[in-house]
Amino acid sequence: MSAVERPLIYANLRKPGYSIDIDCYIKHGGYEALKKAVAMKPDEVCKEVEISGLRGRGGAGFPTGMKWKFLDRKSGKPCYLVVNADESEPGTFKDRQIIYKDPHQMLEGIAITAWAIQAKQIFIYIRGEFQHGAKILENAIAEAKAKGFLGNNILGSGYSCDVVVHRGGGCYVCGEETGLIESLEGKRGYPRIKPPYFPAVLGVYNCPTIVNNAETLAQVKHVLTFGGAEFAKIGIPGDSGTHIWGVSGLVKRPGLYEIEAGKATFGQLLYDFCGGPLEGRTFKAIIPGGSSTKILKFGERFKGKLPNGQEFDWALEDIPLDSNSIAACGTGLGTGGTIVIDDSVEMIQALSNLNAFYAHETCGQCTPCREGSLWLSRVSKRITTGGGLESDVSLLLDIANQVAGRTICAHGEAVAWPVQSAVPKFKDEYLDSIKRRQNGDFVSPLKLI
Amino acid sequence: MVTDNKPPLISINVDGVEHQVVAGTNLVDALAKIGKEVPHYCYHPKLTIAGNCRMCLVELGSPMRDRATNEVILENGKPKIGWQPKPAIACATNVSPGLHVKLDSPEVKACREGVTEMLLLNHPLDCPICDQAGECKLQEFSAEYGKGYSRYVDEKNAKPKKTRLGPRVTLDDERCILCSRCVRFCNDIAKDPVLGFVNRGSFNTLTCFPGKELNNNYSLNTVDICPVGALTSTDFRFKMRVWFLKKTPSICTESSVGVNTTIWSREGKIYRITPRQNDAVNDTWMADSGRELYKQVEDAHRITSASVKGTKTSVDIAFNTASEIIKSGHLAIVGSGHLTVEEQYLLSDLAKKHSAKTYVPAHTGKGDGMLISEDHTPNFRGALVTGLTQNAAVDLKALSSDIESGKVKSLLICREDVTTLGLSAQLLSKVRVIVIATHKNATTDTAEVVLPGLTVFERSGSFINCQFRLQSFVQAIPGPAGTLPDSSYLARFAGLNVNSLWKELAQHVPALAGLAHGKIPEDGVVIDSSKWSSLTFPEGRLLKFAPAGVTA
Ligand SMILES: Cc1cc2nc3c(=O)[nH]c(=O)nc-3n(C[C@H](O)[C@H](O)[C@H](O)COP(=O)(O)O)c2cc1C
Ligand code: SF4
Ligand code: SF4
Ligand code: SF4
Ligand code: FES
Repeated sequence: MSAVERPLIYANLRKPGYSIDIDCYIKHGGYEALKKAVAMKPDEVCKEVEISGLRGRGGAGFPTGMKWKFLDRKSGKPCYLVVNADESEPGTFKDRQIIYKDPHQMLEGIAITAWAIQAKQIFIYIRGEFQHGAKILENAIAEAKAKGFLGNNILGSGYSCDVVVHRGGGCYVCGEETGLIESLEGKRGYPRIKPPYFPAVLGVYNCPTIVNNAETLAQVKHVLTFGGAEFAKIGIPGDSGTHIWGVSGLVKRPGLYEIEAGKATFGQLLYDFCGGPLEGRTFKAIIPGGSSTKILKFGERFKGKLPNGQEFDWALEDIPLDSNSIAACGTGLGTGGTIVIDDSVEMIQALSNLNAFYAHETCGQCTPCREGSLWLSRVSKRITTGGGLESDVSLLLDIANQVAGRTICAHGEAVAWPVQSAVPKFKDEYLDSIKRRQNGDFVSPLKLI
Repeated sequence: MVTDNKPPLISINVDGVEHQVVAGTNLVDALAKIGKEVPHYCYHPKLTIAGNCRMCLVELGSPMRDRATNEVILENGKPKIGWQPKPAIACATNVSPGLHVKLDSPEVKACREGVTEMLLLNHPLDCPICDQAGECKLQEFSAEYGKGYSRYVDEKNAKPKKTRLGPRVTLDDERCILCSRCVRFCNDIAKDPVLGFVNRGSFNTLTCFPGKELNNNYSLNTVDICPVGALTSTDFRFKMRVWFLKKTPSICTESSVGVNTTIWSREGKIYRITPRQNDAVNDTWMADSGRELYKQVEDAHRITSASVKGTKTSVDIAFNTASEIIKSGHLAIVGSGHLTVEEQYLLSDLAKKHSAKTYVPAHTGKGDGMLISEDHTPNFRGALVTGLTQNAAVDLKALSSDIESGKVKSLLICREDVTTLGLSAQLLSKVRVIVIATHKNATTDTAEVVLPGLTVFERSGSFINCQFRLQSFVQAIPGPAGTLPDSSYLARFAGLNVNSLWKELAQHVPALAGLAHGKIPEDGVVIDSSKWSSLTFPEGRLLKFAPAGVTA
């Protein structure tokens, strides 16, 4: 079986001549789904999303319909919709494409969602570096307002909702939903403790808030276009719709590939879509879903049971591209940002690079993540500069074990998982690097870099 | 007034043993009440929850319920416990019926050991020169829960070691464990948001916002609540190791709030004053200004010996001259809200015996709505209770005309500088004046007899605060050589025995019936104040006080 792409989100933006102006979008059927939605009761829209089985595309894969249900409606406070367009996970570049090339698709999904949850106000929190993207959005919002898709009295429904674009201050952890909310409120992006600060109960200004990823909301548009039940048929049970795979690193054709959930394997993604390894190289490992997911090594066997009871025994190349299968292999689909590592890469350098990232991006609020991330970074950097000790390998693992599961937000896991997964899998290579580098040999075994 | 509504108790299970705790209370506090320590840094019972230090991680579980029927699922006749997959912070948990807690599991031990190790990585370990040593949570918990050795071989962060945050607080950022207690205090309690963190990650640094300084009158509370030696009192810094200091419970005399304090002294010298927790009066706070009051002990104007007509004499000679003046008749008495209940009672008794009119001048001024009230004396209520005065506000006009007219020929003044209250030095020269005072002033300059008084730190007694709460304090340091407490002069004037004073008080002052100095509870006792309910007092709303008619 040769796998094919099934573009849903990227269907239009790839067409030659497709532009970001609203007329182009409308010509391609734009805002029809919103019309459909406002003709329905808000609860019915929520129901459609629930039936669709759509899962969040922000990394955790949380069922979107269920999230909306958690919204605390008894409080009597206004509720808010926050669009997470902070896209900062290393290896992830899918939301940017939507914002820069098809902003109205996202805005339509946002308008539908705002109607569904009866949001008082929408905030789009966009990664600070997406300066141009913010302008595109501002412009698109103005267009949409002029046509009655957003703002006052949306499509004559009597429902009004304004949108604010807020540019982030430039920190990875501001993409974590409660850190984002703090940052949106003008404070330091310190994630909040849960309980009690579940956004659906105590979010922006301590009002009930739904935070969804930019792509998730674009998917909502398609849920309405297809209808929940039809949308659920795309992909596989438990993971509906398409996944955008953003492949980066050492492959022939890195890029974005939109594939129906579960309808291809990592082997197909890496060889058929991405053209396999560079000349003369072999694949060594992938980080499947953004840098915070656990690393997978080529040559490993993955055995176990899927949630539906089906037993499996896969090589990396056999793993189907859906969240349940990938989770069953001990890692996660995350944001679909697959980072490909080949045999020219010395693993300690890759690890050191990641550790440095997390040490820089931790908000520094809670002790294990703040201190652990910098410690990991210092140890791995010391190894790369020739000061490594053999005991450092187990030390790295031990530090990571002291971080995961003990912090305020999931950045703790993001710090720990690369180490917790890579150390057992590449222990021998790390030991070899330590010894070689102690002796002044800083060249990788392949002498390619 | 005093309600005895006992809050409901619930049962929780700690390491397999059932305990009764007060429903809905914070888990850290509830466990402390039953003698179980949950080590913590960022949690403070009077501040909002931050949950950032992660020292209080415990394992939590609760009885599992059947989803369909909501019935508790049983296992071997007991509720089956669903344990949370990850450790949880105790400080953000309130106790609920059936809560299961593991404090001493391998996982919890590993959490504490891990956090301790992490906190020490970049910590300077200045203990030998650190003011906090001896009362440092990081020291204590490292000893109790740490590994005992370090695995850290990499370089440590360098941060500013001596930042002036304000006139009274100095910061050592390397020692800061970033618990944010000080930040939350400034934001939420002092309502003066001037502190915050800058930089990222492990390089996070506490600082004052640009152009601001930590200069509110509660700034030193940040030093008290800082679990480590990061925030230090500029006054106390490098002066004394805390383990040499003796702690004495006392009451702040700054105003009628009656803030509970601890006096820290060594060999008769006071080094610092800190707040003592009383949830009904001051929580765990006190004003900076109150902490400076110990400086009056060694003030240049301090009166350390008795004098007669400006010449230093022994206390005995001065006392005899004073007795003779009192006996000569036509006596008036100026008492004070700075006197203790005991002293006020003695004065009141003396007044009765000599048919002397008594005056207790009011000292009112600005309050801060927190812990400094509009009445700047600690014990004006005591003067009412002991019958030394009947009025809430007293001036000295009547006394002035009585002196002019020759009705009053001798005057006993206790702890008041009457020259600032409308009695000129010239007027005073018309009568024979006895003063008991701690510090030199225009009144002591003109008095015939000066008896040296003791500061609040040098004597024992009790005060009644604006809530009519009777609170006692004890002597922290000895007074200057040869001096006696006011009460012993006054008792001798009145012909009473100091040692049986409280018997008298309990017998003759209805509001104090059944009480004694040694029997006053640590957090004081509110006495019956109905007799004075028609009076108008100067106090406005305070941290734990609302004037009559104002809802709390
Ligand atoms: C450290 C960290 C960084 C994150 N960054 C992002 C991000 O940049 N974009 C995003 O959509 N979600 C991010 N998330 C996930 C969000 O917290 C949240 O789960 C997501 O926005 C929910 O949207 P969804 O339900 O639509 O997936 C991050 C989470 C963590 C722990
Ligand atoms: S886990 Fe890390 S990023 Fe998250 S709150 Fe704690 S210190 Fe900040
Ligand atoms: S803060 Fe505590 S551990 Fe740190 S130097 Fe001071 S006494 Fe030592
Ligand atoms: S200075 Fe002290 S109270 Fe303030 S954050 Fe640092 S350790 Fe906590
Ligand atoms: S006491 Fe700091 S996290 Fe609970």
